[in-house]
Amino acid sequence: MSNTPSPLAQVAPQFLLLSVLAIGGVNAVTPEIQRQVVDLRHWMSAREFSELFAVAQATPGPNMLIATVVGWRVAGVLGAVVATLCMCGPSSLIVYVVTRAWDRFKGRPWRQIVQDGMAPVVVGLIASSGWILAKGADAGWKTAVLTAGGALLVWRTRLNPLWALGVAAALGVAGVV
Amino acid sequence: MDSPTPSARTPTPPSPLEGEGALHPEPVRPSPTELDLFLGFLSASVRGFGGVFVMGRRMLVEERQWLTPEEFVELLGVCQFLPGANIVNLSVAVGQRFRGWKGSLAALAGILGMPAALSVVLAALFLKYAAIPQVAHAMGAVAAAAAGLVIGAALKMAEPIFRKDWVLGVPVAVMTLGLAAVLRWPLPAVLLTMALTGSAIAWVRRTR
Repeated sequence: MSNTPSPLAQVAPQFLLLSVLAIGGVNAVTPEIQRQVVDLRHWMSAREFSELFAVAQATPGPNMLIATVVGWRVAGVLGAVVATLCMCGPSSLIVYVVTRAWDRFKGRPWRQIVQDGMAPVVVGLIASSGWILAKGADAGWKTAVLTAGGALLVWRTRLNPLWALGVAAALGVAGVV
Repeated sequence: MDSPTPSARTPTPPSPLEGEGALHPEPVRPSPTELDLFLGFLSASVRGFGGVFVMGRRMLVEERQWLTPEEFVELLGVCQFLPGANIVNLSVAVGQRFRGWKGSLAALAGILGMPAALSVVLAALFLKYAAIPQVAHAMGAVAAAAAGLVIGAALKMAEPIFRKDWVLGVPVAVMTLGLAAVLRWPLPAVLLTMALTGSAIAWVRRTR
């Protein structure tokens, strides 16, 4: 391990790049984060990644805490800070610049075309995120039912998504799942 | 030579469609300070269980009235189009609008600080007690449900997009899913391929 760069030195540039690519939010780059930390670098199992994602999801706050939690898991508190800043920095800079100049883009036809073309891409990326997380958490039909239940709750009801996590936790503690 | 005087242009009367300003007197513009921005976004972030988005809107439009509902939708449209979490982008944009880069930093610190710290505490607690069977079972179950939440969010997003133009939407979304989740292509390759494919189809559909 002594010759390879520290996990933090590997994560930071990765997150800087993903920040710029996170069109549709950090959920859209979650498949790539998982690919990096689970498939390529083997820092954690797919199951642990799905569990850390659940921790991030259960924490009140923006849907980007998976980056914070992954940074913490691979490099401690400093890792959490660096990962958060790297994930938010470049995208925030872009937002800052673009919102200052936004009026100039208004009404340009290419903007609408790119927006229309990207919308289903974002849907596909977020679906990928759910798919990969579900595979990581999969432990038989009972967990599949929980995944389906969570999906239905968000899709078909206006209930707070935290209910799904609470019910799942209770079933888990009770030994049902 | 262009005349620099603005009076050289004839003032255009407001069109009846856009004449909102004529109907409503200009409201007093809010002017939150950096501290206001920090505290406002902090209050939204800690109440935002299951995503801050709803709380963010409530704080910005209803409670503090820093944005009108129309301004909120417009700014959100910009933020969704750009990379990054919507609510984080919104905090940068709102901060910028009122206080420039200092405002952006203050709003960012408000929206991120507390949740990031909390998430680390929760993750540490989870790993500490992960050996207890009940905790392990609970987390496994919660992870499965959390994955479902993301799938549900994708379905919810897909509905209006597919309804608007399914010939564009369905193949592009399915192809993206195949490349990212099944073939596990690196994200830059997925984005480049699918942004070009999606935009090309959108362009053809529009110019037909």
